[in-house]
Order: sequence, then C-alpha cells, then structure tokens
Amino acid sequence: MNHLPLIIKREYLTKVKNKSFIIMTFVSPLIMVALIAVVSYLSQLNNDKERSISVLDETGVLSEIFVDKEHTKYTILTDTSLDTAKELIKAKEDFGLLYIEKSADPENVISSVRFYSDESPSLSIISSLERKIEKKLQDAKLQKNGVDIKKIEASKTNITIAQETFTGEKTSKIDSILKLAFGGAAGYLLFMFIIIYGNMIMRSVIEEKTSRIIEIIISSVKPVQLMLGKIIGTSLAGITQFAIWVVLGGVLMLVLSTIFGISMTEMQTPQQDMMNQAMQNPDVANEVQLAWQSFLNLPLANLVIAFLFFFIGGYLLYSSLYAAVGAAVDNETDTQQFMLPILMPLILAVYVGIFTVIEDPHGTVSTVFSFIPFTSPVVMLMRIPFGVPIWQQLLSFAILVATFTFAVWFAAKIYRVGILMYGKKPSYKELYKWIKY
Amino acid sequence: MNDLLVADSVSKNYGDFRALNNVSISVPKGSIFGLLGPNGAGKTTLIRIINQITMPDYGHVLLDGEPLKPEHVQNIGYLPEERGLYKTMKVGEQALYLAQLKGLTKQEAKKRLKYWFEKLEIGDWWNKKIQELSKGQAQKIQFIVTVLHQPKLLIFDEPFSGFDPINANLIKDEILQLRNEGATVIFSTHRMESVEELCDHIALIHKSNKVLDGKLTDIKRQYKTNTFEVGLQTNAVDDVTNAIKEKFQVMPATFKNLNDDVKLNIKLNAQDNSNDLLKFLTSKAEVHHFVEVIPSANDIFIQTVKNN
Repeated sequence: MNHLPLIIKREYLTKVKNKSFIIMTFVSPLIMVALIAVVSYLSQLNNDKERSISVLDETGVLSEIFVDKEHTKYTILTDTSLDTAKELIKAKEDFGLLYIEKSADPENVISSVRFYSDESPSLSIISSLERKIEKKLQDAKLQKNGVDIKKIEASKTNITIAQETFTGEKTSKIDSILKLAFGGAAGYLLFMFIIIYGNMIMRSVIEEKTSRIIEIIISSVKPVQLMLGKIIGTSLAGITQFAIWVVLGGVLMLVLSTIFGISMTEMQTPQQDMMNQAMQNPDVANEVQLAWQSFLNLPLANLVIAFLFFFIGGYLLYSSLYAAVGAAVDNETDTQQFMLPILMPLILAVYVGIFTVIEDPHGTVSTVFSFIPFTSPVVMLMRIPFGVPIWQQLLSFAILVATFTFAVWFAAKIYRVGILMYGKKPSYKELYKWIKY
Repeated sequence: MNDLLVADSVSKNYGDFRALNNVSISVPKGSIFGLLGPNGAGKTTLIRIINQITMPDYGHVLLDGEPLKPEHVQNIGYLPEERGLYKTMKVGEQALYLAQLKGLTKQEAKKRLKYWFEKLEIGDWWNKKIQELSKGQAQKIQFIVTVLHQPKLLIFDEPFSGFDPINANLIKDEILQLRNEGATVIFSTHRMESVEELCDHIALIHKSNKVLDGKLTDIKRQYKTNTFEVGLQTNAVDDVTNAIKEKFQVMPATFKNLNDDVKLNIKLNAQDNSNDLLKFLTSKAEVHHFVEVIPSANDIFIQTVKNN
C-alpha cells in the first residue's frame, strides 16, 4: 500500500492553509517592497537638501576649483578676516565655512585647511572637499617641479586584458563576476531553503508528537513513509511560497516603479548617466556585449540540471536530519543541542563557497569541499558556473545520493523510535542505542 | 482456525532491557480478550508488535493464520492509550484522512462517517477543528476512526478514559455490538470492573512475562478456594461460632445485611460439598445468606502480581 501521495497531500494542504503561512507568503513581499520604497524615498529626501558652503581662500589660487554642484553651492568670500567670515556664516545659516590659510609653502597649506560648521559634516562632504584640494595642490606641486600635467593626463592608460580560452571562447572579468553571482545565488538559495523549510519539517514532526496522534498514524503507515511524505509535502509548500514571493515581488516592484515612475528614474540618474556614458564609450559597449556573450557562454544546461539535482539532493539530506531531530525531542527548546551539528557543515559550506571559490574555483579546498556530501550541494553549485568536469559532478552527486540514502535510513531509525518516546530529553548516546533497536 | 490472533513466543529487547520475554497468547475469534498487567509490564510493546509498529526480536505473530504483513493494518483497528488528533485540522477532513490511510476510498469513508456521526449524534462537528472540541468529544472521533474500516481485530487501550459514565456506557455498548457483528476485540485496561463486565478471555503480563491466561470463568474456577460467605441468625452467637470453627476453617466476613448475628467466610473441607456445609449450618442456626466466594478479576490480578 502506498500512502505517500495521501500523506504528501495532507502535509502540503495543512501547511498551505495555515494562517501564519498565508500571512508570511503574502505580506513578506509587501514588506520587502515597501521597505525598499521607503529607503529610496528617504535617501532621495536627504539628497534634495541644498547646502551652501562658503569658502575663504587666502591663497587665492584654490577658489577656482569650487564649482557649484546640484546640491552644493559655493560662495567665494574675499577680503574678510576669518572671524568676520564666521559671524557672517552663522548669521546666514549656511552649512559651513571652508578656510584655507595663506602660506608660502604648499606643505603648510595642507595642514592649515579648516572646516567650520554647526553640525559635524558627513564623511562624503569632507572627502569630496579633500579630494578637490588634494588634486589642485598635487597639480601645483607637479608644476612647480617642472612636470607637464597635460603629458601625465595623456599618458594615463587603462588596460583590460582580453581573455580567451584555448578553444577560442572569449571571456572577461565580467564573465567571472557573472559566474560568481550565479553560483553564489544558487548556493545561498539552497542554504536559505534548508534553514527555513528544514525547521518547518522539524516543527511539524514535533507537533505530531505533542498532539499524540503519531501512534494512530503509524499503526496505518510505515514511519519512513510518513517522514518522506512530510519532507516532500513541506518542500512543495516551500516551493509554492518561494514562487509566490518571486512573482508577487516582481509585480509589486513593477507597480511601484510605474506609480512612482518619475521619482524612481530621478533617483537612478547618476547611475543611468554613467550607463549612458558607458554605452557611448566604445570600449565599455564592447564589454557589455561581452557580458551578454559570457552569459550565453555559461554552461546553462549544465547549470540548470545540476542546480535541480544538487538542490534536491542537498535539501533532502538536510531535511531528513531535521526530521530526525524533531522525532528525538519533545519540544522545540530541546532541539538546540542537535541543531549545531546540522548547522555547522551548512555554514562551513557557505563560507568555503564564498571565500575559496572566489579565490580559486578549482583549487584543492573548493574541490575537496565540493565532494564532501554535507558541503557539496552548496560548494558544487558555486563552482559549476566556472566549468566543472562532468565526472566530478557525477561523482560528487553519487556520493551525495549515497549519503542521502544513509541519512534517510539513519533518520528513519531515530524517527521510528523517537516518535514514540515521550518525556525524556535524549542524549547522543541514547540516539546511538535507538539506531540499534 | 479458531484463533484470530496468535502470538508465538514473542520477545523484544530495548537495548539491555527485555520488554517482552517469550510471550504467547491466543485470541479466539469473536471474543473480547483482556490484556492485563501492571504499568510497564510490556502490554503496550505487545500491542505495538501486533500493529507492526515495532518488530519482535524473536517469535512471530499470526493473524487469521497468516504471518503479519503490511496489508494487515487494514484488518486491525487500534486505539492507543496515548492518543490525539491533529489539533488544527477539521474533524471531517481528519477522519477522512485517517480512514484513507486504512485503505478506504474517499466515497466509502464519507458514507460510513456519516452513519457513525449520526449514530453518536455528532453530525454537526464536521467542520469544527479538533481544538474546539472537549476531550471526551475528541475521544468519540478517535473511536469512530478506529472502527470505521470494519477491522477484524480491534485493539482498545484504555478506551474509556476521558469519557463521562454516559458516554463510557455508549462506547461499551458499541464495543459489544461490534463483537456481536463478528469482530474480535483485544482490550487493555486497569479498570477491573470493565474486565469483569466485558472480557471472555484474559492474559496477564507481569515484568515482561505472561503469568496467567485463559477463559475468565476457567481462571476464576481455578482461583476459587471453595469458600462460602455465610450469614446466620441465632441467639447463641458464641456457641454457633465455636461449633463451626471446630469443624471448618473460618475467616471473619464483612458484608452488608440487615441483622445477621454471625457473619463468616467458611472454607469447605476437602471431602465436603456445599450441600454438606449448608446441612451443617441449618442444623445450628437460621441461614439468611449463603454465597460462594468467587474471586474477582481484581483479586486475581493483585494476587497473581504479588505472588510473582
């Protein structure tokens, strides 16, 4: 008798019909989008404020570099003493006063620049002022030493090494970034999925124990069937939630950007300007084309297939452990001691993935970790965009499947005994005994 | 085959602990079989083995002459002592789910549920959640779910706990009716008066071993001590008492009666029968009360457990 579909259906429907699940599903994207909207609105507000800065330049040579910008206006003061200037600024309620003392030696000028204001100015304002003055003084020094600035400007070079594989595929730095983004997203998605829905499985096992329905159920079905049904049902609910999040989030973003369309584009102006400039620049245009090219060059079919297999394999491996933990304890507070050994390899996988795969996707560390079953799903998913030989993928997946089978067997053992044990908090030693029952 | 269920030398270990030691029982078809024993004796382990929740380490179990196999769960209805339902699920949905797990089709399950809901007068609960019901109400649902698939073998572990006397009686009548319709019932309880009332056969498990089993009437016969409870009326209380004490082994008796002067438990001598005793007594005094002392299930239980 195969009750698996029936169990899956119940688990799925119970999860999906649960009020807090529904609220989570529909409210989270709203909150996320609202948050983004609020943040961008606020930063826009902040940028809108106009600042006027007065400059008292006793050297007289630096004034020309202070050109009015969109949100910053400069007023050049002349023929006043510092004290009068200060009084004046205070009365005018200007943002601040930049004071450059007259000095014969440029070195002294550097140490004598002061900025006076009511509130301490933001880091960006100060560094922008510093950059301006630095540039000017640097040029002055160079000129003083007889260096032609124009020649320096002319000799500036920007090199992009064109990369090409032996088989003739063109690659680029963007290519690497793209690969990293793909791998990272896949690995991180798996990580999040395991943590969110693994916990959900665990809670649902504990719920069956505390409501004492478990003995009624397993007098009808095998515990393994119940466990698998639970894992699959919960995962399907998880996929449903994820899908709704993606669709809803996308739609909301679209709606939001249409409603606040103007403000959004305004907000993006600096970036878009850069983009436009970049597009006009033949080199960069070329690079964008290269990026598109490298996206197409990604082992897309391999990526999608491997993602499916490693995602499912890794998820099932971890969720069976979560189910075992749920069966071993009576309530959620007792789960702590068993959670650490589950979370450790998972976190390790993400760190190894982030740090070593960036460094060298085919190095020893990343290669080894992409074979260890508890880290392989995450690390292998991060490596695959960089091109991993098929045999490695197959071997790693085979190891994963073997471990997964073992983990399900192990979890089922603990599950079978644990779901009927009440009242005591088991130790690892006891869990070991259960396996032998 | 006259026995629906036979457990043959079943043993089960949990680590170093032997939960069942070489236990054999035979449950005749159409009987109500009392599975008795103190707490922790191994009853639940045996019941779980019959339900294939755990496997025995040694020995085997036959249902209707066949070794237990997964399909047999459809022929067994089990109401465990530790029982509950999904709290947030609706009554109807839940009952349908559990019935389908026992192999019923959805339509069939719906039909039978309707019948039972009407019978136990709970028709309007279908869309309620379990957490909105009282404990006794939830127990009713559990009872229905246990018997819905019309199993050959019904196993009830403390079925009356949580019921008020009226509902306990209702359930008792349902159990008896199911037995009369051909089901075999294994009944585990600590309430000896229900054993007395319901069981034809019993088995007593103590410290993982079976210490007693058989037909309840046979066991009682075996445990009776040929003692009679007697109430006499006389003017010469001491003379009569002494005369009886000379001839028989006597113990004081306490029972409620209007005004008997002499109340005794008198054990028959080996060569005598009850008529001999009665003759002797009528010659001495007026007999108002003369009853054979039959050991109750409670007495047998306590005596057997203490002796082991």
